[in-house]
Amino acid sequence: MKTVAEILQEIRPEFDFSASNDFMADGMLDSFDMVTLVSSLDKNYGISIQGTDIVPENFQNLETITGLLRKCGVQA
Amino acid sequence: MNFTFQGKRISGVLTVVPANEKQFIEEMKNFDFPEARSLKLKEVMGYDKRRMVAGDVCVSDLAVFGMQNLFERKLLAPEDIDALLLTTQTPDYLMPPTSNIIQGRLGLKRDMLCLDINQACAGFVLGLIQAFMLLEQPSVRKVVLINADVLSRKASPRDRNIYPLIGDAAAITIVERDEDDSPIHASVKMDGSQHAALIIPAGGMRLPSSAETAKLENVGDRNLRSKDHLFMDGSAIFNFVQTEVPPLIEELLAAAGKSADSIDYFLCHQPNRFMLQKLADKMKIPHRKMPHNVVESFGNTSGSTIPMALALNFNGDLLKHQRQVCLAGFGAGLSWAAMLLRLGNLSFCEMIDYP
Repeated sequence: MKTVAEILQEIRPEFDFSASNDFMADGMLDSFDMVTLVSSLDKNYGISIQGTDIVPENFQNLETITGLLRKCGVQA
Repeated sequence: MNFTFQGKRISGVLTVVPANEKQFIEEMKNFDFPEARSLKLKEVMGYDKRRMVAGDVCVSDLAVFGMQNLFERKLLAPEDIDALLLTTQTPDYLMPPTSNIIQGRLGLKRDMLCLDINQACAGFVLGLIQAFMLLEQPSVRKVVLINADVLSRKASPRDRNIYPLIGDAAAITIVERDEDDSPIHASVKMDGSQHAALIIPAGGMRLPSSAETAKLENVGDRNLRSKDHLFMDGSAIFNFVQTEVPPLIEELLAAAGKSADSIDYFLCHQPNRFMLQKLADKMKIPHRKMPHNVVESFGNTSGSTIPMALALNFNGDLLKHQRQVCLAGFGAGLSWAAMLLRLGNLSFCEMIDYP
């Protein structure tokens, strides 16, 4: 199973995600990347992140993404 | 707002798609975007193929072609049509109504009603509601509902957010009275305060088209678009659908005294595969009951995606059997609407190509 950081790296290999606290504001993820990320997280962890949770606030940084996964019952 | 009807049915569906097919993989080069990310997007969103009109083909061209096909095969008699409803966002002209143009081109009788309905992706359900209301009148025995759009002509080829999604089509649905008085339940909601989330800003009286509105602008994410082009706030629309559509359907099921399990198919408008899968998951509906193959093979064709799904997936089944279906459309307005009805024993349910 891949880590969240590894999945992010696959989507945008040109960025160092550990260096940012706001992926959207720093231009590292756009709305389509967010969709791609949700699809990858769903497959990787065998979950379905709720559509109403697919909002920029939940994908701001590694901490908010792991918080969202915890809500889905995943300890990432 | 809830509606109930009895003694009405859909008796036939014919959809018309342009023969001109575009492949996403060939169009990727139009976007200033890395190929690997486009391919990933293709997989997640279901971008594959779509149909677009060529040149200056208009809504009335697709509609007249489909209607003549029905007349020639004697599946519909011109003199039987008491009302022609056209739901479109891309009329031939600002005035007159395109439904009148279709009537004139087909030489239909003068003693009838033609009406354009300016609605988009909720337009199939909204058009059916209007058709059922007309059938309450003794003088109206048969209504033709046409859902047609050529929105590809309003999408910027340099806008990755819109262009790969959009397809063109027309759907002709015949609606008439029926001896079977099974109840039909429908629910409609509107929120005009969010009208700017899905809009063509220029071309109406608020902002007439001009050289200025035709200028391509960099609108972020490496996309170029003008004010004459279709704009969609994708995140806002996605969240609107995920937040508002499940309760609309759940409330409708409760009002009709039906469970989700008792519904054979949930035929929703098809904006993209990802949105529909999330919608199905949220409502705990098996993906096989909510098809998403129209958008993958034909693009998002606005108000015609539901009848397209009927013609694509159930053409044989619905000629012989009846199914309990839930229809749901959502989009520009914002408007969202759902309907529960028994559908089947159709005289025809087909898709044809416009050459």
